[in-house]
Amino acid sequence: MKRLPLLLLGAAALFAVAPHALAFCGFYVARADTKIFNQASKVVLVRDGDRTVLTMANDFKGDPKEFAVVIPVPTVLQRGQIHVAEPALLDHLDAYSAPRLVEYYDENPCQIMERRMAPQSVAGGVVGGSESGAHDRSLGVKVEAAYTVGEYDIVILSATQSDGLETWLRESGYRIPQGASRALGSYIKQDMKFFVAKVNLKEQSKLGFSYLRPIQVAYESPKFMLPIRLGMVNAAGPQELFIFALTRKGRVETTNYRTVRLASDAEVPLFVKDDFSNFYRDLFAQQVKKEDQRALFLEYAWDMGWCDPCAADPLSLQELRQLGVFWLEGPVGRPGGRMQPRPDIQPQPQNVFITRLHVRYDAEHFPEDLVFQETGDRQNFQGRYILRHPWKGDDRCEAAQTYRRELPKRMEREAQTLASLTGWDIQKIRGRMNLKASGPPAEDDEPWWKAIWKD
Amino acid sequence: MRHPIFDPRLYQILVLASLLVYGVVRLDLEVRPLLAAAMLATALLTQYACTRIWKLPAFDPKSALISGLSLCLLLRTDASALGVALGVVAAVITIAGKFVIRWRGKHLFNPTNFGIVALMLATDGRVWVSPGQWGSAALFGFLVACLGGLVVNRATRSDVTYAFLASYLGVVFGRALWLGQPWTIPFHQLASGAFLIFTFFMISDPKTTPDSRAGRLLFALLVALGAGYVHFVLYRPNGLILALFFLSPIVPLIDRLLPGRRYAWQPLPILERRFA
Repeated sequence: MKRLPLLLLGAAALFAVAPHALAFCGFYVARADTKIFNQASKVVLVRDGDRTVLTMANDFKGDPKEFAVVIPVPTVLQRGQIHVAEPALLDHLDAYSAPRLVEYYDENPCQIMERRMAPQSVAGGVVGGSESGAHDRSLGVKVEAAYTVGEYDIVILSATQSDGLETWLRESGYRIPQGASRALGSYIKQDMKFFVAKVNLKEQSKLGFSYLRPIQVAYESPKFMLPIRLGMVNAAGPQELFIFALTRKGRVETTNYRTVRLASDAEVPLFVKDDFSNFYRDLFAQQVKKEDQRALFLEYAWDMGWCDPCAADPLSLQELRQLGVFWLEGPVGRPGGRMQPRPDIQPQPQNVFITRLHVRYDAEHFPEDLVFQETGDRQNFQGRYILRHPWKGDDRCEAAQTYRRELPKRMEREAQTLASLTGWDIQKIRGRMNLKASGPPAEDDEPWWKAIWKD
Repeated sequence: MRHPIFDPRLYQILVLASLLVYGVVRLDLEVRPLLAAAMLATALLTQYACTRIWKLPAFDPKSALISGLSLCLLLRTDASALGVALGVVAAVITIAGKFVIRWRGKHLFNPTNFGIVALMLATDGRVWVSPGQWGSAALFGFLVACLGGLVVNRATRSDVTYAFLASYLGVVFGRALWLGQPWTIPFHQLASGAFLIFTFFMISDPKTTPDSRAGRLLFALLVALGAGYVHFVLYRPNGLILALFFLSPIVPLIDRLLPGRRYAWQPLPILERRFA
């Protein structure tokens, strides 16, 4: 019988462990000796067919004249393909799709019902920008185009060799981080162009913005990807990236990394309400750890016509168009153009599906650029955490007594859920919940058999 | 040449079934148990029905089970009723395809490959393949099991798997070398469950590959180049299964140019020796 050892091999091998090989858009380049970090970025990818509108925003906090961004793009861009957006657009999108907290109030168990209360969301505001210079040299570098758009000076470069491009950038006053040449070379060979932007200080002061606005580019290319390799060259530690994909058909996922749903729908202790930002931050860190830093997290997948519960109102038609949703046509449907959620009416699908992905990446775990695909999945998903306020009445019906008996167990469960989601110390959690600090609550005071023949 | 002592398909069924169970229980592979069960049952029923219609001597569930399990591992649909229906339709197409689309007594397409690609093209993306959803543990274990399969299958047609592996590794590593990418990139590109299923369970299907060894080597090379073209020139996903789908129709041509002996699953040579 040769079958047995093979059976064992098949079963054992499936639980063995092995390494899995693997790597925002552009890197910031100092023109002076400033330490540059490229930590949290937001990208909106509007995609249908081969058409893409990419909006990029970074949380750049330095002196505007110090910074530049270099982004590989698939095609040479015309002036009309580049636009500068208002950061409020991204903030709204962020707030709409952010993980949310919902509150329920336990009803009198003697007259059972449940009511849903207002949600609360965590949303961060992030502004992005970039800077760079342009001269023509015979280094195999060709300035394909140069534009000033909003507060940015933009050049589109094509190059034939990476050292030429690197020299050109250095001579133009950009500090190229060590190791960029190799990554640049690989994009050159793939016939990518380079979008180099820096802040035009005169334009910026004329426009009167104190922050850097997101840059938008529109192009047509089969490449549905985000180049993240350059961004990791000068990164200090892992970087945070939020990708908001707006598509027509359905959810977007990566084809070359795992896309994992964020732990959701968990009941957590009431005090999380006052500490939701920390909760979300630590929960995310814990999830990253659990997936061995090798996954992207799905935080929201929803038809953009509605939400339930809404962390923020759905985006208006006008806002969606500004983000580049080019397939939305026709006049704005309702006064003011805002798609308000209407709990009394069946939600209308809007033909725009949002996928919010969150990734923390570094060169070790993400060696390759992110490649995406649109799937046919229109199932809704949200990062949602639940607070349940205990009922405090003093009715003495049978159900109320059972309810009171079960309550400490529930609270202990919430404490344990919170600890496992965030990695917080269970004793501290119990302390904050005013639970007895010593492990799970005592078993029922009544003997077990009392519940059997109650009458 | 050694002849197989038992049907190598039993080992394949075991490996795929273990992987499916692990995928359902431990991984977020988005394989819904009910859908998987429905697809497997449909595959077997279709096989049975086709066996009766085409009046085959006996109902053999093994190949249908392998096709069904591969389908469960690769094909994704949404959780709606339509999604479930599409999964069931895929199982029917997969099995019925091999009875209907034949050329000189040999089915043309690998059944699972045909089921997935035909439905993907026909429904404009309502069904899809998620190549990136495999954890590294599952991948490594699966790789070991696949390599084990090569040992088990040594008397059958593993040459096409070796030839495909060599050609596709050549394409992926050659590209990385040309682009000056670090080696972690091609390794990462190969760390895909879809790639492993393809290499060890699809292209290796002895019933649909060319009859002669030279023909199989040529076919494997063409599929590897085709997949590389889809991935790295057209920048589209699903390069492997698309390449196999579109290249399968040239197998009869290869068989004509490079003829060989038709493959049969049953370990016939042993019977021949004993009863001859």
